[in-house]
Amino acid sequence: MPTTFTRLMLDHAAQRPDAAALREKDYGIWQTLSWRALATLVRELACGLADAGLQRGQHLVVIGENRPRLYAAMLAAQSLGAVPVPLYQDAASTEYVFPITNAEVAFAIVEDQEQVDKLLEVREQCTQLRSLWFDDPRGLRHYVEPGLAPLDALIAAGRAYDTAHPGFFDDEVRKTQPDDVAAMFFTSGTTGNPKGVVHTHRTLIDRAQAGAKFDKLTSAEEVLAYLPPAWIGQNIFSYAQWLVCGYVVNCPESASTVGIDLNDIGPTYYFAPPRVFEGLLTTVMIRMEDAGAIKKWLFHHFMAVARRVGPRLMDGQPVGALDRLHYAIGRIVIYGPLRNTLGLSRVRVAYTAGEAIGPDLFSFYRSIGINLKQLYGSTETAVFVCLQPDHEARADTVGVPIEGVQIRVSDSGEILVKSPGLLKEYYRNPAATAEVLTADGWYHTGDAGFLDAGGHLKIIDRAKDVGRLVGGAFDAQMFAPKYVENKLKFFPFIKEAVAIGDRRATVCAFVNIDFEAVGNWAERRNLPYAGYADLAQKPEVYELIRECVQKVNADLAVDEKLAGSQISRFLILHKELDADDGELTRTRKVRRGFIAERYQVLVDALYDGKTHQYVETAVKFEDGRSGMVAADLKIVDTKVFPALKRAA
Amino acid sequence: MARKIGDVILEVKNISLAFGGVKALTDISFDVKEHEIRAIIGPNGAGKSSMLNCINGVYQPQQGSITFRGQAFRHMNSRQVAEMGLARTFQNLALFKGMSVIDNIMTGRNLKMRTNLFQQAIRWGASEREETEQRVHVERIIDFLEIQPYRKTPVGKMPYGLQKRVDLGRALAMDPQVLLLDEPMAGMNVEEKQDMSRFILDVNDEFGTTIVLIEHDMGVVMDLSDRVVVLDYGKKIGDGVPEAVRSNPDVISAYLGTTH
Repeated sequence: MPTTFTRLMLDHAAQRPDAAALREKDYGIWQTLSWRALATLVRELACGLADAGLQRGQHLVVIGENRPRLYAAMLAAQSLGAVPVPLYQDAASTEYVFPITNAEVAFAIVEDQEQVDKLLEVREQCTQLRSLWFDDPRGLRHYVEPGLAPLDALIAAGRAYDTAHPGFFDDEVRKTQPDDVAAMFFTSGTTGNPKGVVHTHRTLIDRAQAGAKFDKLTSAEEVLAYLPPAWIGQNIFSYAQWLVCGYVVNCPESASTVGIDLNDIGPTYYFAPPRVFEGLLTTVMIRMEDAGAIKKWLFHHFMAVARRVGPRLMDGQPVGALDRLHYAIGRIVIYGPLRNTLGLSRVRVAYTAGEAIGPDLFSFYRSIGINLKQLYGSTETAVFVCLQPDHEARADTVGVPIEGVQIRVSDSGEILVKSPGLLKEYYRNPAATAEVLTADGWYHTGDAGFLDAGGHLKIIDRAKDVGRLVGGAFDAQMFAPKYVENKLKFFPFIKEAVAIGDRRATVCAFVNIDFEAVGNWAERRNLPYAGYADLAQKPEVYELIRECVQKVNADLAVDEKLAGSQISRFLILHKELDADDGELTRTRKVRRGFIAERYQVLVDALYDGKTHQYVETAVKFEDGRSGMVAADLKIVDTKVFPALKRAA
Repeated sequence: MARKIGDVILEVKNISLAFGGVKALTDISFDVKEHEIRAIIGPNGAGKSSMLNCINGVYQPQQGSITFRGQAFRHMNSRQVAEMGLARTFQNLALFKGMSVIDNIMTGRNLKMRTNLFQQAIRWGASEREETEQRVHVERIIDFLEIQPYRKTPVGKMPYGLQKRVDLGRALAMDPQVLLLDEPMAGMNVEEKQDMSRFILDVNDEFGTTIVLIEHDMGVVMDLSDRVVVLDYGKKIGDGVPEAVRSNPDVISAYLGTTH
């Protein structure tokens, strides 16, 4: 039944008033806020905001980490039919100007002094910003600014207003309808101004429910809210689904204690981008390097067993009795304690999304018994489009379309989505809305991909980057540079890769070695080298990278749609691709077009069949000086496999 | 600023201290007013730490008197001084390296505890209740100094800048009226110095604690303190607000050296 967030919250407060809704670690102790206490807090905040002049349909900016009272503030705004706009707490003050002026925001509730300072900095540019409340008064005692007040003052005013206007709050909640706007999320545009993605109560709640049903979430889940609340993923996991399921959301003490808090809480439902999982694994590996010989042996022995048996157990495939026993011993000796150290021993469902995850990293977690899965979605789709079912998690797909979702692949290879969770519009930007949302309700994701034989969605690349092969054995097949590059980058020895092949018969690649990993590898083999450029051109290193490339080729050959993207020739660059030289964006994405132009001579050499090529490159040093780097680069061939049709 | 500098709280009069034939301090007098940040500066060997040690009761000066809130203390040991409400930190950290951050700061609460060693060893009943009470104070300090991630970390494993913060935390645990800081920024990088300066100002502001600090870094001193005493070769060569001290020719020559 369609409902609103406030009504969901009030239902929990009525049915299970003393159950925990939110927890926050304060002065070293987890403090619990019950649903009843939350309902009271929301009521008082809502009345306070109404007293201060917040009207139905107006916006309230919320900036801060995950804090119970900020969550309550969002609920309070929604109770009044106003729209909470969470903004990134780590953004620079100037980044707040556009959202605040765009939505003519007059009210803001922020976490602490840091956020207050930032908003005061841009106050002159945001003249309509009238009132500013802060949750944590530390350091703010001496601030004298018009409209600046502690959140406690707002709550006290709300309490008085509530007494003077009994029934006001309940009327407002009743007036708010499921199709009213519930929240607005600003997406960071790579070009131009950010866009405000407008969602209604219905879109967010529908997707939260669909996701909860898919994974059978209950009110018994424990969630740690540690990612920015301005990001829709965090909002879905610790706000929308929290209110739908009624589970407990735990707020860490601070960003630097997340690891400790994770261990305290032991969440059952967990989300993290791949880099977090990678960081956790690295910590484990470093600690194992320092462990004693017996521990080390046990670890490596049982991890080998886990790699062989674990994923099959997770996927519900048949496993022999002896392997089962071996794995069971491993669970007692290694996997269990390891899961506990990671703070993941109670995890029932864990998700990762946002970027491609390496197959080794992915299967490491699954092999020790953590149900790590992938999902597909975006701000515009209220996250849940595709999810991986429990026994069908794979590193290279993102799952099956869940309840309510229809998926179509356009002629150009772009994925189109129809779902009850699609955005209402981009705020005050009908042109951008029309660009992504067709009249008959299809949303253009901008991603290229396809549904595989098992009905799983596979994302290949951004649609605008996908090219075509012309001529040769794989004529007219699609070429997805990022897909190939990601596969290369999953190897620890490869830091960056650039795949070239659009409108050509074969695919070639530039490779950047990871100086630390390859340097370490060389030292262990007593291979002397003078520096980056020297190491990169060692025949042994070429051999090492060739093996990696051939593994990628073997992998690509299995996929008939992508077999043509196998790399036939490659070279290792003499310098690291660098944002200072314009080769990478500031967020470390390769700028393929720029690189192809800058190294035209190398591209030509790759396709002309040369075995080496001399190149001179201008570089900028960190101190601002510039210079030239010259090298004679080797170019080598690699084995390309015939396309295999998969049996399944 | 809301904090108001009050009356003289600590008065040092004609202090002289000698170790055998070496005169560490000669006839030093200055006062410290309530709620102010008072700095003692000077080149190496000027007698700054000796001065602090006299106030702290570690050294007994041969001449002169020190009065705290009108009460003179000539022959007091450090414990008695601490009980009067003066806490200090050390130039070369004197923390318990093997103990956790919590335990280190808890030692600063020791004077506030009433149970005896025997009860604390058994840690049951009154002693357990007391520890819980004291832990609340410790947690407030941990929160104040933003060292939550390190509660249970042995202090010896922490970076130097953070150890200095723990040292400050332990001194704060005594709820002191006057805080004596011996080179709180020594050996720190710029960022750590900024953090420490912020904490010193916050302590002064939030708790109204009077602060006497020794510091080498002139920039930091001038920004932080309300008044500055300058020592050189055990003698006072300047005293006043930072601007006055900065333009004092004796101070300039002591710091930069002059051609004699």
